[in-house]
Formats: sequence, C-alpha cells, structure tokens
Amino acid sequence: MSVLIFIDQSEGHVKKSSLEALTYGADVAKQLGTTAEGIVLGTVTEDLAALGKYGVSKIHQVSNAALNNVDAQVYASVISEAATTSGATVIVFSHNQTGKAVAARVAAKLKAGLVAGACALPNTSNGFSVKKTVFSGKAYAHVNILSAVKVISLNPNSYKTVATEGTAVVEALAVTVNEPKVKITAVNKITGEVPLTEADIVVSGGRGLKGPEHWGILLDLAKELGAATACSRPVGDAHWRPHHEHVGQTGVQVAPNLYIAIGISGAIQHLAGVNRSKVIVVINKDPEAPFFKAADYGIVGDAFEVVPQLTAAIQKMKAGA
Amino acid sequence: MKILVCVSKTPDTTSKIAFTDGNTKFDEAGVQWIINPYDEWYSLVRAIELKEANPAATIHLVTVGNADAEPIIRKALALGGDEAIRVNTDNSDAYYIAAQIAEVAKQGGYDLIFTGKETIDYNGSSIGGMVAELVDSPYISLATKFDLNGTTATVVREIDGGEETAEVALPVVVSCQKGMAEQRIPNMRGIMAARTKPLKVVEPIAVDALTSIQSFELPPAKAGVKLVAPDNVAELVRLLHEEAKAI
Repeated sequence: MSVLIFIDQSEGHVKKSSLEALTYGADVAKQLGTTAEGIVLGTVTEDLAALGKYGVSKIHQVSNAALNNVDAQVYASVISEAATTSGATVIVFSHNQTGKAVAARVAAKLKAGLVAGACALPNTSNGFSVKKTVFSGKAYAHVNILSAVKVISLNPNSYKTVATEGTAVVEALAVTVNEPKVKITAVNKITGEVPLTEADIVVSGGRGLKGPEHWGILLDLAKELGAATACSRPVGDAHWRPHHEHVGQTGVQVAPNLYIAIGISGAIQHLAGVNRSKVIVVINKDPEAPFFKAADYGIVGDAFEVVPQLTAAIQKMKAGA
Repeated sequence: MKILVCVSKTPDTTSKIAFTDGNTKFDEAGVQWIINPYDEWYSLVRAIELKEANPAATIHLVTVGNADAEPIIRKALALGGDEAIRVNTDNSDAYYIAAQIAEVAKQGGYDLIFTGKETIDYNGSSIGGMVAELVDSPYISLATKFDLNGTTATVVREIDGGEETAEVALPVVVSCQKGMAEQRIPNMRGIMAARTKPLKVVEPIAVDALTSIQSFELPPAKAGVKLVAPDNVAELVRLLHEEAKAI
C-alpha cells in the first residue's frame, strides 16, 4: 500500500501543478499512514531528488526520450505497471491537460474508481470520499470511491504547495515502453507568456475595452503583476485576442489567486470559467454589471482611466515594499 | 467509415444549481436540458462535416441515460447522424458509462469515436480516455482541429501552454473542444427527418460502478463586493495586498 504521484514535466521541467499533486499525494499518504512515491517519465533536467521536500520518499524514473511527448496510451500502460509493481493503492495526477487524458486511461485499465477534478483531501472516516468541483465550479460533489485502487486528479491551483526538508531516492524503473501509435508532427508553444491555467494572477479583458488597439493598458497591468492575460468569449470570437485566451464555460477554466476582470459584464457562461478564483476584482463602468455580484472587490469606473492608475499604484506599492 | 458520437444530456448553462433530498440529488425543477455543448457544437458538428465530405460515412449517436434523454437525442439527430443508441441506465459513474459506450463501440466496429472534452455537469473529462482504454485505441484529447486523409487523421490538440499536431491511423478516440467546428441550428427538414430516424434502446451490460456520489454542496455565498472609488485605486491596491493578500 502506497500513494503514487504522477509528476508531469515539459521540456525537462516539472510543472507547478505537479508540485501541488506531490504535496497533495504526500498528505494523502500521511492520512493513510503510508509512503508517497513519485513517477516521472521522459528526460528531466531538474534535480529530482530535491522533490523529496514535497514529501515523497522515492521517485521512479523512466528516462526514455520516447516519453518526452505525452501519449496517453503509452503513459497509461507505464504508470499502471508501475502502480501495480509498487503496490500503490492511490494514484494521484494533476487534472491538467496531461492528467485529464492519462488518469482516465489508468483508471479504466486498473478498474480503479476515478475522481477527476478533486479540490480537497479525501475523507476517510467512513469509506473514501473525495470532494470535487461539479457544474463548472458552481457546486461541489463528495464522491465515494468504491474500488480497492483509487485514482484522483487534482484541480490545478486548488491545493497549496508546501516545501519542507527532504530528499527523495531516485530509482530507474524498468518497465515496458510500447511504441506510440500517435505521431507528433509539430509542437507550437506560446513562449514568453505565463501559461493561463498555471498563473497565480490573471488579468482579463472584455468588450468594454472597445477594440484590440486598447489592450496596451491591460498588458501593462499584467506585466506589472507577472500575470497571464485572458479575455471573454466575444473578444476571442472577434479575434481581438487569440482564441487560447478565452476563459469561460466553453473556453479555458482558470482558478488563480487573483482574477482581475476589466470591461467584462460577467455572463453566467464567463463566470463558469472563473468562479474558482480565490479573489475576483471587477472594473466596469456599468454598476449593474452582473459580475459585481460575483466579485470580492470592484471599481465602478472607466477602465481607460482606472487601469493605468492601478498599474502605477502597484508599481508604487512594490517600490515602497 | 463509421463514426460514433457520444452525446450527453446536461442542464442548460444558465440553470440555477440547487440540490434536494438532503443535498444528495440535483434539483431538476425548472431545469432546461440541452445536449452537452462540447458534444453538440464540436464533436457532432465535426462528424456531420466529415459525412458531408464523404457521404458514404455513417454516424451513430450514443447516449447513456434514461428515457428523459430522448428529446436531447432527437435534437441531436435533427442536426445530423443516421441513427442513435440509448443505453438505458441513469448511473453516473464514469467507468460504468465508459464501459457501456465501449460495448456499443465494440458491437458497431467504429473507425472514429468522438466525445466532447467534458460534460458541463460533472466536468470529469474522463469518458473519452476510459473508452479508448477499454477498446484499446489511441486517444487524442482536447482536440481543436481534426482532418482525415484516407484512414489517417491529423489532429491539433491543446497541450500545456500551446498546441501540438498529431497524426494517427484510425481507429481513434478523440475528445473535441472549441475550434473543431462552428455551432449549427437544426433546420425544419432535419427536425422532420429526425422523427423517423432509428433510436435503439439497449439495456446496460453488467459492470460494477466504481464511484458513487455521496452528496452535493454549494459554495458559500460571496460576502458581497467591496466597492472602491475610481479615484482611489491606491485603496484597492492596499486591500489586495493587506486584506486579500493576493498581490
């Protein structure tokens, strides 16, 4: 019995969402009175032993370069085999792009109950129940896992990473790696930007900004905050901003510490993509904008005046701090 | 060329979310049901476009649900598709549902299985991956573009911080999201034709559900917005820094 945590990497670097998964998995192991181990696939440049500070005692590594691209079928077969040989009874993933594809396959392969999109530690007082977000963040469900082996994928930005002292033993894992049936022919990463789903702060603009030529004030604010930029659906549809920035029900769902909405009225479909944010600030000149009802802080005012002042005020605060 | 499109019944995106029976059941009172938007706008419409390009293709729809799902299936058939299969159960465990779809898939021998990227009620994003595993096919998740060249598919999919292009030989399972196709509205001819399209009801195969919902919970109501005057942004910065500790 142990907890196995899948460590997702990209270009040799461990993803932030995986550090959350490691902390979460280590806490699950503590709850169950067992050990937490990690598994990483592909070639990694980072010092894996240092990940011990998140609470894992051992990291299994399959440093096969063929695993640098995520193939859900190959990954699931490797992780399932590792879980079985290491005697893992709980397998933890981040509910990110990789986790969504791989956790489901692992669960089906091992006939293990899956809670996808978990947001809290399991309740083990009577069975094994995990809280997860449902109805696009408008509610939670407590889901019992009935099988002996359990798979949990953790919503990004919903569990705080805790680093303490510790070093993990890194062990090469001998496991069958099948030839992937999917061939990756091109990878196009958006560089120089904070990835939207991993960002601590998101600055988002809507139709209230009146046109793509006015985005400068928003970009300045985002830069000052080290924030990712996002937009509402009409803005994405009108090609004022790239499609991948669209947050909402049918776009990207985000859960940052701080979401700043500028000139977005807050349609229910938009809220479904942002309502897991911890703090929401709304800047809108319409005091009746529905977004104010979902906000923690608000300014009723003209974005073109308020936003540059906000950027300057943050600059000033940082200079003073 | 046979395409299987998985469709699910979900509450309309503007539905008020509430629960009954001691927070163990979703309150269906006054709820408008729709086809899960990802299933309809992206996967079904893309399948219809593939059939328009290759009229010899057949499209089957599958839903796992009780008789309440039939109006949704008829609506989907009004958009397109040749026939529908409903697996008669209201179990909500992802593995149970995936096992039913996998059984339909094995019986039908499909070249292509489309799902939406997730349903807007349970948000698990897990059915496609589970079905792929159960039918032992490759799985391409979160696809934004899909093209066919003979029996090879070229798919663009979302990855962390970008996208990648993949090539795969059929059969394959693909989960679809924005970018795959544009929303369509069923026309009168489609609606009339849908009435006579076959809708087969099959009983579920015996599978153990691996999860069950114990209860639901609504998030605590927001304390209410704190408004700051537009000429006092320094106060907002102070609140965000000292009170919310967000910057």
